[in-house]
Amino acid sequence: MKSPAVLVILLIAIIVCICPLAASAAVEEFKLDNGLKILFIEDHKIPLVTFQIWYRVGSIDEPAGKSGMSHFLEHLMFKGTPRYGTKVFSNLVQRKGGMDNAFTTRDYTMYYQTLPSDSIPLSIDLEADRMKNLLLDPKELESERSVVMEERRMRYEDDPQNLLDEAVVATSLEVQAYRKPVIGWMSEILAIKRGDLADYYATYYSPDNAFIIISGDASPSKLMPLIKEKFGRIAPAGDRIKRVKTVEPAQQGEKIVYVEKESAELPSIVMAYHVPSFPDKDSAALDVLSSVLSGGKSSRLYRSLVYEKRIALDASADYSGLHRDPFLFELSATAAPGKDVREIRKALLSEVERLAKDPPSDDEVQKAKNQVEAAFIFARDSSYSEALYTGMFEVIGDWRLRDRYIGEINAVTPEAVREVAARYLTEKNRTTGYLIPVKPGGASE
Amino acid sequence: MNKLKSILLLFIIACIASAAPTQADALSIKKETMPNGLIVLYVERHELPIVMTTLLVKASQLDEEPAKAGAANLTAKMLTEGTATRTSNDISSSIEFIGGSLQAATNTDYTGVSLSILKKDIDKGFDLFSDVVIHPSFPADEFARKKELVKGSLKQKEEEPSFVAGREFIRDVFRSHPYGRLAEGSIGSIDGIERADIVRFHNEFYRPENSILAVVGDLSPDELKKLLDRYFSSWKSSGAKAPSVLLPAPPVQTQAVVDIIDRNVTQANINFGGIGIARDNHDYYAVSVMNYILGGGGFASRLMKVVRDEMGLTYSIGSFFAAGKYPGRFEIDVQTKNESAGRVIDEILRQIKIMKSEPISDAELRDAKDYLVGSFPRRLETSRKIADFIVATQYYNLGDDYIDRYRDYIENVTKDDVFRVAKKYLDDRNYILVIVGDKKKLKL
Repeated sequence: MKSPAVLVILLIAIIVCICPLAASAAVEEFKLDNGLKILFIEDHKIPLVTFQIWYRVGSIDEPAGKSGMSHFLEHLMFKGTPRYGTKVFSNLVQRKGGMDNAFTTRDYTMYYQTLPSDSIPLSIDLEADRMKNLLLDPKELESERSVVMEERRMRYEDDPQNLLDEAVVATSLEVQAYRKPVIGWMSEILAIKRGDLADYYATYYSPDNAFIIISGDASPSKLMPLIKEKFGRIAPAGDRIKRVKTVEPAQQGEKIVYVEKESAELPSIVMAYHVPSFPDKDSAALDVLSSVLSGGKSSRLYRSLVYEKRIALDASADYSGLHRDPFLFELSATAAPGKDVREIRKALLSEVERLAKDPPSDDEVQKAKNQVEAAFIFARDSSYSEALYTGMFEVIGDWRLRDRYIGEINAVTPEAVREVAARYLTEKNRTTGYLIPVKPGGASE
Repeated sequence: MNKLKSILLLFIIACIASAAPTQADALSIKKETMPNGLIVLYVERHELPIVMTTLLVKASQLDEEPAKAGAANLTAKMLTEGTATRTSNDISSSIEFIGGSLQAATNTDYTGVSLSILKKDIDKGFDLFSDVVIHPSFPADEFARKKELVKGSLKQKEEEPSFVAGREFIRDVFRSHPYGRLAEGSIGSIDGIERADIVRFHNEFYRPENSILAVVGDLSPDELKKLLDRYFSSWKSSGAKAPSVLLPAPPVQTQAVVDIIDRNVTQANINFGGIGIARDNHDYYAVSVMNYILGGGGFASRLMKVVRDEMGLTYSIGSFFAAGKYPGRFEIDVQTKNESAGRVIDEILRQIKIMKSEPISDAELRDAKDYLVGSFPRRLETSRKIADFIVATQYYNLGDDYIDRYRDYIENVTKDDVFRVAKKYLDDRNYILVIVGDKKKLKL
């Protein structure tokens, strides 16, 4: 017998199943004998292809005293092989009308090109070549070291907000590898040797530690023979020493860090809490929690701190569960001119306490779900973002987690949001950082 | 064996090449003008259940009185802060609940209001989109809030050396011309803007015959027609049309200006350049090729090759011509540690002299053209990019066949053209140089 209640449950089940299908594209997976995985996301709407190669290595894998090595190596990947010489990589891609770049994170290093579809064999050729044959020319290496140091000056030394975040992460995490900035500490960037980089390259840049995503106007039947030819002959690196997964001991009380900068204009605050990462069972609820707090101008932090109290210029919550290890849930805000940053702290905490006590409304939770689904669909319009979304799940284990993630988000209840707020956003678990503008000479404003 | 492989490879490449579709070249744009004068551009794309729209309104800092600098930007930012029937919170709650976005931004020449929405929510999306454009109410309390936020954000940006350098640079280059001001205006000018000013600004400029609408995505012509009838046909102009503001002529630079701003920072932020060209300048395409070679082409450009790759003195150096309705700026941006500022500036001057005194090579010309032509489809990859692109081509009168003709515009550029425009538009004597850095440590 079909009761209305059963029908409703059935409908919900269908909606939950359908949403992931609508939001994410079909992926075809291949694997070479040497361990290299290739994911195709076919989409022929325009004659463009994005080729991404992901190496499962990031700052989390760096040995002590060598912070910044993953990122430094990423720079050197553009500095040539015997076959192509130095400084030509991007030229070759741009000549085809393509663009290329790369970035390093705590968990992975990703290289990509977006090209007209008939030029994609170039990507395959160049990436296979530099997976194995990097020059690491000593002169180029020294010049690039200066470039990386300039990058650090630009992004950190002269950027008070980033400097604050760097300090908060390093204070919050005392032992876990995520405490290091991806770009590295200046003194360690200076100390990295060619031999360190060569070893690191040999260890982590191998087909069994990488995967490729080809997204857009490309088909496996046409490209797989070439991929097999170019990448298939590269031997796997074999046994890597397994990374010791240092576990951060539970924090036993609030930590506070101050960053005083002459170049800062307004005080700001960051509060960071230790939280688990996806696919932990709490991850989806933490995602919805961050959206309830800061998914736009209608969300709680903006409404309270910026709109009603008018004490902050901006206020946001930031969480991503897509990490290999547990990381942080952050709340941050910048004081409006003339406002006291302690008042901001009070207002942020009162929003946290409210959520730990009473669950958010059904509408607030539904809004978060709608935003996640829409973001996935919008991302599919670009071959690059489609591939990126897929790769971020493959890095933490399996691209198929992508659909599970959307499913879990859709299953989050208001009570689950309240529970994670109460469990994780606690005083003991918190590290607070303040950015304090100082006048020349050092006096606080 | 190897030979067999390479034949196979050639075969594969040939197959791929011949199979490459050419939809991008055949992007079909439909254009119509509604009875109220609104130009509508429409591209049908059904691959994804999304719709992107951009409404370009010909309203910017070019249309402000100098004492009210920032009025165009404030008007745009106030659109979503309340209408005759909706509060600010109603608007943000509605659009955010469905995972869409609705925002307005102003550049030097025009204002763009854009809606990104899932197909299933299109009716609600158009309802909000048309409401904020046609019936904004500019509530006094929201206006006061917005002014405080814009001023606060201007103050915060003072901590970004690149922001300070950019602001000083445009002022030095354009002086009293509107391009010399930030879209936001200044803290002082924002204080002087009254609610009545932006109400008037909206009446004078937000008019159907002064606007261009692009709609791109999963809509049939019938569906679009119904939406336009329902939400945009009632849009009528009222009151007097905008009086045109008399613009001062762009200044002529007769000497080098070096403007140093002392900050406690580790890097010198350097902006170098002067007046460039307008978008309708016949030299636009030759300048595009020339600039790609000099500093616009990323790692393929001379500046990046020398200053980053060879000298290791910066993370990033690049040049651009901001070609607007009026001649915009030519600008080179670079950051380097204070101590090497002088060496970088010398190298910039040297590269400009070379560009003006020696023709480029055939290979450079070929590479630049291949990039500019080959990268064109990427500029039209997503529905959002298409919508923003086609309103701009309409605004700058580039012609309905612009996308088809772009290749020829670039291919027709010769080495002589590039040499000629380098001599004409690059200046190694009468330039503006702004440095934000630590004066004690700068070595110039």
